Amino acid sequence: MSDTLNPSLTHPAILETKEAFGETTLIADAAQIVDLCQYLKREKKFNRLCSITAVDWNPAEPRFEVVYHLQELDPTPTTAIPVVRRLRVKIRVSGTNPEVDSVTGVWRAADWYERETFDMFGIGFRNHPNLIRILMPLDWEGYPLRKDFPTHGYKYSYKGEEAK
Amino acid sequence: MKQPLVDHVATIPALEELPASPSAPRRMTLNMGPQHPSTHGVLRIVIELEGETIKTAIPDIGFLHTGIEKQCEFTNWAQTVTLTDRVDYLSNLANNLVYALTVEKLLQLEIPAKAQWMRVMLAEIDRLNSHLVWLGTHALDIGAMSMFFYCFREREEVLRLKEMFSGQRMMTSYIRPGGLALEPPRGWDKMVGKFIRQFPGRVDEYENLLDNNPIWKIRTQGVGYISIEDMLDLGVTGPMVRAAGIPLDVRKTEPYSSYEKFDFKVCTATENDVYARYRVRLEEMRESAKIIEQAIAGMPEGAWQANAPGVVLPDREKMKTQMESLIYHFKIVTEGYRVPVGEVFQAVESPRGEIAYYAVSDGTQKPYRLHMRTPSFGNLQALPTLLKDTLIADSIAALGSMDFVLGDTDR
Repeated sequence: MSDTLNPSLTHPAILETKEAFGETTLIADAAQIVDLCQYLKREKKFNRLCSITAVDWNPAEPRFEVVYHLQELDPTPTTAIPVVRRLRVKIRVSGTNPEVDSVTGVWRAADWYERETFDMFGIGFRNHPNLIRILMPLDWEGYPLRKDFPTHGYKYSYKGEEAK
Repeated sequence: MKQPLVDHVATIPALEELPASPSAPRRMTLNMGPQHPSTHGVLRIVIELEGETIKTAIPDIGFLHTGIEKQCEFTNWAQTVTLTDRVDYLSNLANNLVYALTVEKLLQLEIPAKAQWMRVMLAEIDRLNSHLVWLGTHALDIGAMSMFFYCFREREEVLRLKEMFSGQRMMTSYIRPGGLALEPPRGWDKMVGKFIRQFPGRVDEYENLLDNNPIWKIRTQGVGYISIEDMLDLGVTGPMVRAAGIPLDVRKTEPYSSYEKFDFKVCTATENDVYARYRVRLEEMRESAKIIEQAIAGMPEGAWQANAPGVVLPDREKMKTQMESLIYHFKIVTEGYRVPVGEVFQAVESPRGEIAYYAVSDGTQKPYRLHMRTPSFGNLQALPTLLKDTLIADSIAALGSMDFVLGDTDR
């Protein structure tokens, strides 16, 4: 992650830029995320989407942070070692009815990562082509990586004769 | 906890629909897996066929989902290293390494040169292990059965080396935050050196066995093409991208653990088919052997653990004679160490591609969130594009050339 990156990134969606541990983080406006991603890909060559995930800050509000990791890369075949820079983009999403716009139109790689985030955190992605659970069974209830989801226990466990 | 099912939960898009006009070709839906022998784990693919040509292929994953990311939030930073072993069970040292680097970045720990070099060497031994399993099983899928025995002969020696270092053949947990788990055993350089001197000859043997085999060439050349643009757009990394001519390798682009001090080249090919991916992995085995040889020859002297008493378990001898060491030992084992508040993203080149961990710490003894960006998950996403319009017989070769591990995909 580079420090020369900062001054050149100008977009109305960027609310804040942070530098920590040698990594650059952009905090962006959730409503303009698609626009920002398009700008980063088309004009700044962030051609690779490494991953999309979320962090649950329950009970804080806005509860979720959706985190995008991007990599700058030139997609033409070459023999020279490519220059890669990494960037983290974060948006904050409310805990009640969390929904953001899908970036599958910018990078197709977003498809499964958004499905995984939906599956694990219950964050909806508008305009996603096929937003269904990916790792958990389709009829699973609840979102496992939310902080209020239990690690132990089984829904259908036998409670004993008295419980009946 | 009770939450309503979300509207989005639907089934996989309707595949059974028959074509509207009777003259249009009839399509057949075929279920491959989750127990198909060539899916290497439990991967289910729903394939729609027109004759023998695959029209759509939809991977269905999650059969091996064990909730490792959730479990990480309930184990302390020192215990989590054992979970990272189980993510990608063919290259556990790469997972240990990326986890150790992530935590060290948060702690801002300085790792001694010897530990760094040992890590590089171990990561390369791991690459040999993974590529050998890949080559053996991939050739087996295509029908070259003897390849499997040759590769597993060498893999056995690799596993013996891993056992010599850590006491474990597979789930080593040998690379830990702060350095290594144990002091390298006496005579390790001779053992590793003996193996690595004969290894290039063994790779030549594989090459002879396969490249002089016309069936192997017919089955692999020109099969499993996917364009570079598609691959990068779909987030593919590792040997697949390198076989398309892009020298994308984290070891070179963002050197970690003193990889910059080693002399090796990034193996690439341009044909972008199953054969090219095989060539890339074969060359990578040779390069790995070279790196290991350099590591043995130039291994720095000194400590194999960082001087960080609160993080690294103290020496057994010191623990029994010194009060402070005993206290540190007790504190690390019972409550774990605290990691400063922050978030880091660290990538490492695993045998399958870019593996990256994103760790968020809230200043306690446990990770607040640990996200694993695993190469198999990223690569498998390209499967529908890769299999589109290929013959079903070629799909086995194309599938195998991706080299995914389902534990790595589902976590």
